Amino acid sequence: MLSSMPIFVRRIAWFLMAALIAIPAQAQIEGDVVGGISNPSSIAVPDMPTPSAVDTPAGNTADLGRQIAQVIEADLRNSGFFNPVPRNRLRRVTMDQVTAPDYAAWNQVGAQHLVQGYVQAGSNGRLTVGCYLYDVFAQSSLDRAGYEVDYADWRRAAHRCADMVYARLTGEGAYFDSRIVYVAESGPKNNRTRRIAVMDTDGANHRFLTNGQSIVLTPRYAPDGRTITYMSYVNDEPRVYLFDLSTGRQRLLVDAPYMTFAARYSPDSRYVVFSMAVNGNTDIYRVPVTGGRPERLTNTPGIDTGGSYSPDGSRIVFESDRSGGQQLYVMNADGSNQRRISFGGGQYATPEWSPRGNLIAFTRLGGGFRIGVMRPDGSGERILTNSWQDEGPSWAPNGRVIHFFRTPRGDSMPALYSVDITGRQERRLPTPVGASDPSWSPLQD
Amino acid sequence: MKTLSPAMIMLVSASALALSACSRNAPEDLPPPPVGTTDADSGFDNSGPMPGSRADFIAQAGSDTIYFETDSYDLDPEDRALLDAQARWLVANPGVRVTIEGHCDERGTREYNLALGERRANSAKNYLAARGVDAGRMTVISYGKEQPVALGSNAQAWAQNRRAVTVVPVG
Repeated sequence: MLSSMPIFVRRIAWFLMAALIAIPAQAQIEGDVVGGISNPSSIAVPDMPTPSAVDTPAGNTADLGRQIAQVIEADLRNSGFFNPVPRNRLRRVTMDQVTAPDYAAWNQVGAQHLVQGYVQAGSNGRLTVGCYLYDVFAQSSLDRAGYEVDYADWRRAAHRCADMVYARLTGEGAYFDSRIVYVAESGPKNNRTRRIAVMDTDGANHRFLTNGQSIVLTPRYAPDGRTITYMSYVNDEPRVYLFDLSTGRQRLLVDAPYMTFAARYSPDSRYVVFSMAVNGNTDIYRVPVTGGRPERLTNTPGIDTGGSYSPDGSRIVFESDRSGGQQLYVMNADGSNQRRISFGGGQYATPEWSPRGNLIAFTRLGGGFRIGVMRPDGSGERILTNSWQDEGPSWAPNGRVIHFFRTPRGDSMPALYSVDITGRQERRLPTPVGASDPSWSPLQD
Repeated sequence: MKTLSPAMIMLVSASALALSACSRNAPEDLPPPPVGTTDADSGFDNSGPMPGSRADFIAQAGSDTIYFETDSYDLDPEDRALLDAQARWLVANPGVRVTIEGHCDERGTREYNLALGERRANSAKNYLAARGVDAGRMTVISYGKEQPVALGSNAQAWAQNRRAVTVVPVG
């Protein structure tokens, strides 16, 4: 069902660099990372020239140079940290200028930083993209990288370049070169078709993984990026499955006569924590990805679900209604030392531990659903969104951006949104149909 | 069922109508009429639902659906009375296997509602089992909030969606 997924992108040797340029450690974007930034940095991303315009399976290298610049620009704009110079004010860059920018001219168009590069068709049937970041005001080179990709993966080279710029200028981790798995929804609310779909973080390279014949819910990417787990109602038996992205094969996680759901991987991708409902009582279990006997981690009479590992694998955050309503709890990975961490008004659900470890994202219920974050000890709670129903937060690989889904009232479609941990930069993600349950992949290899 | 709203009544009548229309349109599915005997207590005639059918179950039990309060899986006296009637029919039709669906309104998160729907379906199943229906004949399945019958985002729609449905196979 699936074509082979693994794609190889690697940094390549620098053959175009005339000389190594000392890279100053200065010039991170001004701004309080916790409080957000009020003045996005002005950045110019001109079309990338090519040493020779060559037709490739992905188009002519001259066209690719323009498209790659646009993908980089869109990534940077969508992060909220950057304010790209309008394309009609950008200057044409020659191959010679790639390593020797005309600082005065870029200063004139108001660019604080400059991202430029080149696109070259290699003799080995691959595409080489050079990516250079300059500080226009300081007239200095800040960073550079080169990527060699299959022609079909030209967008990945653009995302990698944008990641380099983002990481260098914000001090945050990269996240553009990653994928999103989600539930694609179509049809009326009482007869909806649901399919697992994957796409790049900017919505490109969209692909359906299931055909819509069975209800599918809650897909999650494995931290190693090789498999996803999700719940399917195939044969009218709602169960958790593992889906191998390279072979397209799916496998039942646990063979039990009960509903299994709410699955998530451990950080080393070796275990899956999931919920099983046995005669009206839902508890959390974990099982090796390779199969075996599930180990029960909770045993209260209430609904215990939504388990999510801390990035070091030592603890699990989950939700439980053992106190009456849904609240968040943290326990050790073996189920010991369970303690409640959420104490605000209303109820708390769908926790997901940040890959940085410092925050837990959740859905807070009460007069609507809102996305929020708190520290693992329950302190520092902040609500990030405000709508009728925002649900199911999922962290970007850099622990800085959160995806969630928003459902309007009535017979309407949910959609994916992203929001920064400051609560700013809320943005709708483009999907071909309705969308829910986003889960972010790790950065790609 | 706490208060039977007009919408709910319409809903129940609509499904009953749909089902009876269905059996009228499919006379070839009916067994041949008895020859030379009178089967007075079967209640079977060409205008009524086929014994053992879904339509028969709904007609005899009154409804296939019980309703719940918000975030609850408790059965109130009305639910129990309806389940008593369902149990009588199921005991009288021992060859029929049923699936009990648990459903929720949209005001809970997706995974929690899967668990809550499972609780509701089990509430109904356990009650029916206590009334003599063999548990091995009953399968539970939760659809959480994924299959509402009412599409609105208001109290009336939510009340209709918080339900457990005893599903007799068609045909």
